[in-house]
Amino acid sequence: MAATLPANPLEQNTSMERTAPQGRPPERRVVAPWADALFAVLTQGAAWLTLALLAGIIASLVIGAAPAIEKFGLGFLWSRDWDPVQENFGGLVMIYGTLMTSFIALLIAVPVSFGIALFLTELSPGWLKRPLGIAIELLAAVPSIVYGMWGLLVFGPILATYVQQPLQGLFGNTPILGALFTGPPVGIGLLSAGIILAIMIIPYIAAVMRDVFEVTPAMLKESAYALGSTTWEVVWRVVLPFTKTGVVGAVMLGLGRALGETMAVTFVIGNFNQLNSLSLFEAANSITSALANEFAEAGEGLHQASLIYLGLVLFFITFVVLSLSKLLLSQLKKGEGSRA
Amino acid sequence: MNKPLLRTLTLGTLLFGAAAAIAQDVTGAGATFPAPIYAKWADAYNKATGARINYQSVGSGAGIRQIKAKTIDFGASDMPLSDAELAKDGMLQFPTVIGGVVPVVNLQGISPGQLKMTGAVLGDIYLGKITKWNDAALTALNPGVPLPDAAIAVVRRADGSGTSFIFTNYLSKVNAEWKAKVGEGTAVNWPTGAGGKGNEGVSGFVQRLPNSIGYVEYAYAKQNKMSYVQLRNKDGGYVTPTDTAFKAAAAGADWNKTFFQILTEQPGKDAWPLTGATYILMYKQQDKPAAASNTLKFFDWAYNSGDKMADDLDYVPLPAALKELVRKQWADNLKDAGGKVIAFK
Repeated sequence: MAATLPANPLEQNTSMERTAPQGRPPERRVVAPWADALFAVLTQGAAWLTLALLAGIIASLVIGAAPAIEKFGLGFLWSRDWDPVQENFGGLVMIYGTLMTSFIALLIAVPVSFGIALFLTELSPGWLKRPLGIAIELLAAVPSIVYGMWGLLVFGPILATYVQQPLQGLFGNTPILGALFTGPPVGIGLLSAGIILAIMIIPYIAAVMRDVFEVTPAMLKESAYALGSTTWEVVWRVVLPFTKTGVVGAVMLGLGRALGETMAVTFVIGNFNQLNSLSLFEAANSITSALANEFAEAGEGLHQASLIYLGLVLFFITFVVLSLSKLLLSQLKKGEGSRA
Repeated sequence: MNKPLLRTLTLGTLLFGAAAAIAQDVTGAGATFPAPIYAKWADAYNKATGARINYQSVGSGAGIRQIKAKTIDFGASDMPLSDAELAKDGMLQFPTVIGGVVPVVNLQGISPGQLKMTGAVLGDIYLGKITKWNDAALTALNPGVPLPDAAIAVVRRADGSGTSFIFTNYLSKVNAEWKAKVGEGTAVNWPTGAGGKGNEGVSGFVQRLPNSIGYVEYAYAKQNKMSYVQLRNKDGGYVTPTDTAFKAAAAGADWNKTFFQILTEQPGKDAWPLTGATYILMYKQQDKPAAASNTLKFFDWAYNSGDKMADDLDYVPLPAALKELVRKQWADNLKDAGGKVIAFK
């Protein structure tokens, strides 16, 4: 078709017919061919550099921990001894403390954050949304040492007086439950560390959850409402399934922060390297707290190597957590496919 | 602002800073216990002479690591190195100030110094064997003192520290079970108790927890007006922690033989049993004689004019005879690569 270009295609094409292309698309302008190549190299370099750094960190951790790995092997992971004088080290107490405090923190923080996000996106009156959301995000800006001091000086005594002592009175003689609440009533230990961690990670989880809840298409929600769903049904059946990837990501973000938190935990966990009971109120220790406290004074040799070994274990724990969350997400996606 | 002026200013600042850094800066790192007095001395020395001393209080262990890596001009440690270890690395150590560690309690109705203890009893408390304040061992030592029927809340350092070293070294000397089960060190396997971070952490815990016991440096006990405990010393007398009691402990040591002196449980009627000196570590053969000379000048100046400042911060200055001994050690041992003595006068 030998077409002459009409003067104004839009004007001519009033019928709903397809129009022929109005000529070739403009040539891609290539100003400096090396610029593209350079940019590609730079971005690729940045990506590889990160990987190289990661490998370097792992390598230096392994080299630093080598004496301890040689001496204690994997038995380090389930040995309860931590004796710098006899040079006999095992990491079970710290590993248990790290996992337990993070678990308590998630147990508290996830439902609370879910509630906050739910309120902010579905229930809150419009004028309250912004100030409340900003206030919760501000919690994330509080330095962790402030949480630690507050936990030690204000929260600890309150926990001891109004929670631990009544619980001990109530369950003191119950066989299994009672063991969870023994210990001196000082308000420091696993539970206070877990609660402080929960307060610290709530803003992170809540902020991400709120953001992902907000991207749920209004059309989906309104359709559900139109079918007569309650708010709860809309959130549980429509919003949550639509945003589950983001929600899992939010929880993992919080967990990562809880596992690595040092300063606030050091203040309230009691730094006690023995595992005598399962009590939530017994002073304990976490990996990060042990590292922060002992590294500066640890002499060369096994003590230092064991601390680095602990660091390596923490690295491994966070790696496993991250991998598990990726696995969980891919499982969720697979489930999606079968249902459709 | 016009450009040439800006350039001149920048260049001037850079040149001046670099020149000052090359000429006089001395860097040291290590123990946290003497950090306040080193900072005070460095500040006064800077005003008096213009020379700058940078001291990083990173902990004794880190100080020893850094001086061994030669990243600093002098290291500082609360725990003296043995003569064999010093000889192996070719290092010299000398004391700077003396300090005391004080057991403190928080018991209602008990005034400072009212409670008396022996080292064996203190060890049993920290072993978790004595768990009540009205235990027979405590009431026998303190007739007439209203000790409550309450559990003892034991507080100790969570971080590795020279203070803990002095404390555990003392307990190892006076309590056989402690020596066998726990031993001595900057960090040990504590059988009981909650750990506070730093002296401020321990004193915070003790002040907050009723019926607690802890141990802190003398300055913290004094400044926070905490209830200290009287201890029975080697000669069998009960002593109160004071400057004179720390001095008496230092006087009992034989410094002529070696500077490796741990001042716990020293003989002497007035000696406080929980006393310790803090040390500086330097290489005997100096690659950087100028920096070494500046370091020695600083400590020489501190020995001459720093006693008042040490007193103000509740440290005990060294006896004059010991200072002379240290100066003699410098003159005899510290050489540059060519074997020339490092000047400090």
